[in-house]
Amino acid sequence: MEKVRTNLMLCAGTGCVASGTAKVKDALQKELEKRGLEKEIKIVLTGCNGYCAEGPVMAVYPDEIFYQKLTVEDVPKLVEEHFLKGRPYQKLMFKEPEKKTAIPMMKEIPFFKHQVLRVLRNKGLIDPEKIEEYISRDGYQAAAKALTQMTQEDIIKVIKDSGLRGRGGAGFPTGLKWDFASKVKSDIKYMLCNGDEGDPGAFMDRSVMESDPHSVIEGMIIGAKAIEAHSGYIYVRAEYPLAVKRLHLAIDQATEAGLLGKNILDTGFDFELEIYLGAGAFVCGEETALMRSIEGKRGMPRPRPPFPAHKGLWDKPSVLNNVETLAQIAPIILNGSEWYRSLGTEKSTGTKVFALTGAVNNVGLVEVPMGIPLRTIIYDIGGGIRKGRKFKAVQLGGPSGGCIPEHLLHTPVTYEDIVATGAIVGSGGMVVMDENTCMVGTAKFFLEFTTDESCGKCPPCRVGTKILMDMLTDITEGRGKESDIETLEDLGRDIIATSLCGLGQTAPNPILTTIKYFRDEYESHIKHKWCKAGVCRELTTFLIDEKLCKGCGACLRACPSKAITGEKKMPHKIIQDLCVHCRTCYDACKFKSIKILPAKFQGDPAELEAVLEKSKREAE
Amino acid sequence: MPRLTVGDLQKIKEKHKAEFTLREGGYRAKVTVHMGTCGIAAGAREVMTALLDEIANAGIDDVIVTTSGCAGLCAREPLATVEIINAPPVKYCDLNAEKIKEIFREHIMAGNPVEKYALVVGCETMY
Ligand SMILES: Cc1cc2nc3c(=O)[nH]c(=O)nc-3n(C[C@H](O)[C@H](O)[C@H](O)COP(=O)(O)O)c2cc1C
Ligand code: SF4
Ligand code: SF4
Ligand code: FES
Ligand code: FES
Repeated sequence: MEKVRTNLMLCAGTGCVASGTAKVKDALQKELEKRGLEKEIKIVLTGCNGYCAEGPVMAVYPDEIFYQKLTVEDVPKLVEEHFLKGRPYQKLMFKEPEKKTAIPMMKEIPFFKHQVLRVLRNKGLIDPEKIEEYISRDGYQAAAKALTQMTQEDIIKVIKDSGLRGRGGAGFPTGLKWDFASKVKSDIKYMLCNGDEGDPGAFMDRSVMESDPHSVIEGMIIGAKAIEAHSGYIYVRAEYPLAVKRLHLAIDQATEAGLLGKNILDTGFDFELEIYLGAGAFVCGEETALMRSIEGKRGMPRPRPPFPAHKGLWDKPSVLNNVETLAQIAPIILNGSEWYRSLGTEKSTGTKVFALTGAVNNVGLVEVPMGIPLRTIIYDIGGGIRKGRKFKAVQLGGPSGGCIPEHLLHTPVTYEDIVATGAIVGSGGMVVMDENTCMVGTAKFFLEFTTDESCGKCPPCRVGTKILMDMLTDITEGRGKESDIETLEDLGRDIIATSLCGLGQTAPNPILTTIKYFRDEYESHIKHKWCKAGVCRELTTFLIDEKLCKGCGACLRACPSKAITGEKKMPHKIIQDLCVHCRTCYDACKFKSIKILPAKFQGDPAELEAVLEKSKREAE
Repeated sequence: MPRLTVGDLQKIKEKHKAEFTLREGGYRAKVTVHMGTCGIAAGAREVMTALLDEIANAGIDDVIVTTSGCAGLCAREPLATVEIINAPPVKYCDLNAEKIKEIFREHIMAGNPVEKYALVVGCETMY
């Protein structure tokens, strides 16, 4: 036997693979061999660490040193310095923006430091393609306990007492859902997992399936026992090839080890598990549509009741749970409901994983106790807004969610508190937007998605979202009318009230919340034909304020359409006929001398007030 | 993998304990071999290899080995520091394969520092 003294946990999640894991691995292996270190230092490929933007990433144990942005060129020096001579290699370490000092230890890096890992407990610590590694982290112990020592009622009670709520969006209490299904009498029942993850920008579930597939399977075995199901499906979108591959491998290994299939762990309990590949339609994430899709029919929602607990897949009693919900089950069974409740609030217990993206310094997956303020996630973990810009809004819940403004950043992330703002926790998408974001455009972005994804069954959703979409397009292109805001709100509420499924019932949320908190932006688009953020091209005029311009030429060099003229050190000028309103110069100028003004604005920016007055009068 | 029983789960965990001790922490003893240029020249690699072999042969899983840079005492290389949890670290000097094996048996396994090879006990006085 060889003694391995160091483990190099190299990330092989989708993000890092895309940025070069395979090449880095080969280079590392070669270099270790060259130095005669290949026996004492072992490379382990892990799933996603949630820090994909800085990939490929690698954690070194037992030193707990974290490296990011690895390149093949860096490998020889890294191996020589750290692995041979024991001097961790600064160049590849995390550095805080604007500071030069490197932070070597993973647990000291702010992005990781404030996280509490329960769902992501094995993230970066195991090779997800080896069942032994999962078992070494207490894997399948909870399934063993549930199958040998617990009755159905025991399991349901622990899950109920834990307060766990479904992480797929609606936040329905998991224990209660299991209870309903367990009480229905039927020879055949199904335990299902929702890995559809249709929310654009979300990747929590993909990450769990890639980095810890057995945690989902174990949760399903326990759920199956609780409701007495003997077969189940994991519904994953085919666009997640790595997750699909690892799930297949995990199911094969678990079956071989007698953890799935007939007579699991010699306890007499049977559970067969299969994967069903979805085609990636958002609506297929809705539970009744998902079940129809597995049946081979077109994925369209149907009215409830009957609820799936009574009539689900093939009209048999079924439970559908989200990936993240299922990944939490095993630790709750092992550690008890009190342990689970020790984090979070009374009604929103435990932890939640968010996909933090957008204008923050650190983007990635973050798992935090429920109930911490939004501000903590955005500033302490996310490291604040990029390039020192100002925060404008945070979008929670994806296309079904809403935008939360700065004065509500103290809001705790719980199901209740977030709903009170008009947004939803949803599946955990969290997009941070800075001052350069147009809120009307943001609403339009999400609405475009839901309009496309509406299955078309209900006219309010099919036609209504299209009308909303057309109105938003008009507003952003300068054809908005004063009455539009009210119409958007009325129609939005009607769609919510009359749609069959969650898609239609939530699609107007991005519009309603942006009107609620950023009404002035809608008004300025409509009345003044002015997109102050400079995003809607038709609603801007770019002008250089001659009093501020230093003549540095930065804008001139940046302009892609050669619309800027001027001598060095003399005020520059934009030739309006050539300007394509791309906003590049605005970002390029260090002296803030480029002004974003209403459409067709002429003259001195100082005369803005007068022009606005005039445009207002005209509108009236 | 053959079909498992409930008891096998624990056995698999035990079998992989050494590697998970590395990743999760919770080790009983840590040996740091100083691997500066001078250390390597003086034979630190052989010391390291001998130590790793010894640990592997003993089949123990709660001792970890790391490296560190030059300790500033090039004349007394190869150097290694043995830290047993809750005991002061001991720095050994002028090591070779035989000496590190003895240190492994006496200090790490039996808990008695090998004074004849020790440079100093405790790190504070070192630098
Ligand atoms: C349009 C629509 C899309 C949905 N997409 C997903 C999804 O991608 N993943 C998911 O887990 N739940 C999704 N849901 C929620 C599911 O219908 C269901 O509530 C959930 O999977 C139940 O699991 P949970 O109780 O563990 O949250 C979606 C719902 C709607 C209305
Ligand atoms: S609300 Fe929209 S997506 Fe849902 S069933 Fe109706 S038409 Fe289809
Ligand atoms: S907005 Fe774009 S096209 Fe217009 S002047 Fe600035 S850089 Fe040039
Ligand atoms: S894929 Fe490596 S951190 Fe996400
Ligand atoms: S070019 Fe005028 S200030 Fe930048």
